[in-house]
Amino acid sequence: MSERTEKRTQVADVDRSLYDFTYSEEGYERYEDGLTPDIVRAISEKKDEPQWMLEMRLAALDTYHAKEMAPNWGPSIAGLDMDHISTYVSPRTKQAKSWEDVPDDIKNTFERLGIPEAERESLAGVGAQYDSEIVYHNMREEVAKDGVVYTTIEDALHDPQWEPVVHEYFGTLIPPADHKFAALHYAVWSGGSFVYVPAGVTVEYPLQSYFRLNAEGAGQFEHTLIIVEEGADLHFIEGCSAPKYYEANLHAGAVELFVKDGARLRYSTIENWSKNMYNLNTKRARVGADAKMEWVSGSFGSHVSYLYPTTILQGARSSCEFSGITFAGATQDLDTGCKVILNGPHTTASMDTKSISKDGGCNTFRSSVVIGRRAEGARATVSCQSLMLDDISRSDTIPAMDVRNATASVGHEATIGRISDDTVLYLMSRGCTEAEARTMVVGGFANPVSKELPLEYAVEMNNLIKLEMEGAIG
Amino acid sequence: MSNQLLRVSGLSAGTEDKPILHDVSLAVGAGETHVLMGPNGAGKSTLGHVIMGDPAYQVSSGTIEFDGKDVTEDAADKRSLAGIFLSYQAPVEVPGVPLYSYLRTITQKRPELKMTARKFRARVGEIADQLDMGSSFLTRELNVGFSGGEKKKIEMLQLLLLRPKLAILDETDSGLDVDALSVVSRGIETYRADCDGALLVITHNTRILERLKVDRTHVMVQGHLVAEGPASLIDSIDEHGFEQFEKASAVAGGERA
Repeated sequence: MSERTEKRTQVADVDRSLYDFTYSEEGYERYEDGLTPDIVRAISEKKDEPQWMLEMRLAALDTYHAKEMAPNWGPSIAGLDMDHISTYVSPRTKQAKSWEDVPDDIKNTFERLGIPEAERESLAGVGAQYDSEIVYHNMREEVAKDGVVYTTIEDALHDPQWEPVVHEYFGTLIPPADHKFAALHYAVWSGGSFVYVPAGVTVEYPLQSYFRLNAEGAGQFEHTLIIVEEGADLHFIEGCSAPKYYEANLHAGAVELFVKDGARLRYSTIENWSKNMYNLNTKRARVGADAKMEWVSGSFGSHVSYLYPTTILQGARSSCEFSGITFAGATQDLDTGCKVILNGPHTTASMDTKSISKDGGCNTFRSSVVIGRRAEGARATVSCQSLMLDDISRSDTIPAMDVRNATASVGHEATIGRISDDTVLYLMSRGCTEAEARTMVVGGFANPVSKELPLEYAVEMNNLIKLEMEGAIG
Repeated sequence: MSNQLLRVSGLSAGTEDKPILHDVSLAVGAGETHVLMGPNGAGKSTLGHVIMGDPAYQVSSGTIEFDGKDVTEDAADKRSLAGIFLSYQAPVEVPGVPLYSYLRTITQKRPELKMTARKFRARVGEIADQLDMGSSFLTRELNVGFSGGEKKKIEMLQLLLLRPKLAILDETDSGLDVDALSVVSRGIETYRADCDGALLVITHNTRILERLKVDRTHVMVQGHLVAEGPASLIDSIDEHGFEQFEKASAVAGGERA
């Protein structure tokens, strides 16, 4: 066996076809490309929405058109032509409560992604979105008995008990005028999740929503609204993937998280969009007194990302932990990071991020820490570690701090490293091939993040690392 | 001499801009214990690294044969799987890689060591006990945050687990306290007894050798092997130091020039 073949075999256990498969859109309902009030009205009408939602959509559309297209900082999004993005593509199927009722091609998609299996083994509930609509939603009965609600925003809007709640919270944490793609999101949003955890309830197993974008040249604009009431506890997982196309796809979701006093929310993400995706996603959490927000994030895919999960520590003694890793390979320009606003006294935030760049990939890490005037004794630490696997890749760290309280403290450290020759030699001299040695080092680098994930997701993340490391040398 | 396990013939090697080893020849038979001594900076570690296949050094002439095959061009992983082991003077730290799963990975690379997960666990536990390593060692990250002595124990753990045909111990005794030295010596004895493995012990002091039955001693000065002899050569070095050889090397260098 030649040297070359050996190098290839070590990643052969990762099946590239895992994410890279598509099904025909035949028979699907696909709205015209581009953005007009008619399309917005059609989406709203199809969803049979309350009047306030339609008005919000139309106002957001105006805001969208009024705002400048390209941000004048960060990676180029010139390849994104909104006139050629279909904002609404719906598989012709009703939302199912049983996988048996999901059409075969869609069911097969989620089977191949391991979703039904994970649901059986380790999840309290699952939502699965295919293009613009949720095709499957289910939650364990015992969780529902505790009063936990896990449904789509659309269904919540049709429920007289929950419509006022959605109305009260929807779009308040991320207002439509936040930025151009937030406005776009509110104009054409479809799908996503509504989660309500009543006070004092601990949801023992995670809930998971999986977002799959199958259609070429389409956008996905799901909205996630989670309310964790006082003293409640929830772990929510989102997974995303898409097959590879030559035409640009767009993801502009919005995630609004309300963590009330004494509650805890862990929000985990494994994102593996295909390398033609523009991922312009917005995530934000507001945290009450003594409450805790935890973010765990693994980002592997997309052509361009702008993503900075933001935490507002509003209540006294509230806290936030962020662990994230991004992996940028050839053709990827990922501008990611996190923001935290410490408003309450004695709030604490700790952000630990890692990035890996190879084959000319670009990683830019932006952190923003704002400490408000009332935040007596607030503490924030930011740590950013970058690993560069070659000389043609790029990694930048751009920290920003705005401290308005003299008793607060902020720490920042950033390191950029490479895999040392000594390390590769050490592992090779114990029998690992060069590729295995590098993969092992990268896996170790990512370990502090992957160990925060439930086992199956940690395994998926390690597999993604192996997949990304394929052909990293030679 | 055709049954030699390791045969280094006329080896010259160095970094890109600096020759270090000059025309080195040495042979180690299966199961034999050889000692390579010499003053600091003589090139002893370089020879160990070149035999292992460290790409930081280029071989300009000569060959390295192992187990009857020319391995001069082979990468370190091939040499490792063929049965060469190098215990490093300063083992690198690999953050985030749990020691236990690392051990499992490198063991699974060797078909001859195929064993069930259960048997593997028992085997690792057994070796860890022999080396006075608590089980908490195994849940930690590879060499991360370990003391010098602990790192050497982890090297011995890998040596006993992988059962190589030849172990090159590069200054394994340096910087160890008495207790750690005793544990490491025990590890080396166990390797000799259990695996009948050959040893090339690189050292510049003789304490670690007190408990080993040495077959041959080689002395290196300024990249040249200047003397070879039986175990008793060690005693002579103990008494007179390397000065006698350094003079010889200066003469040899002069002749070459």
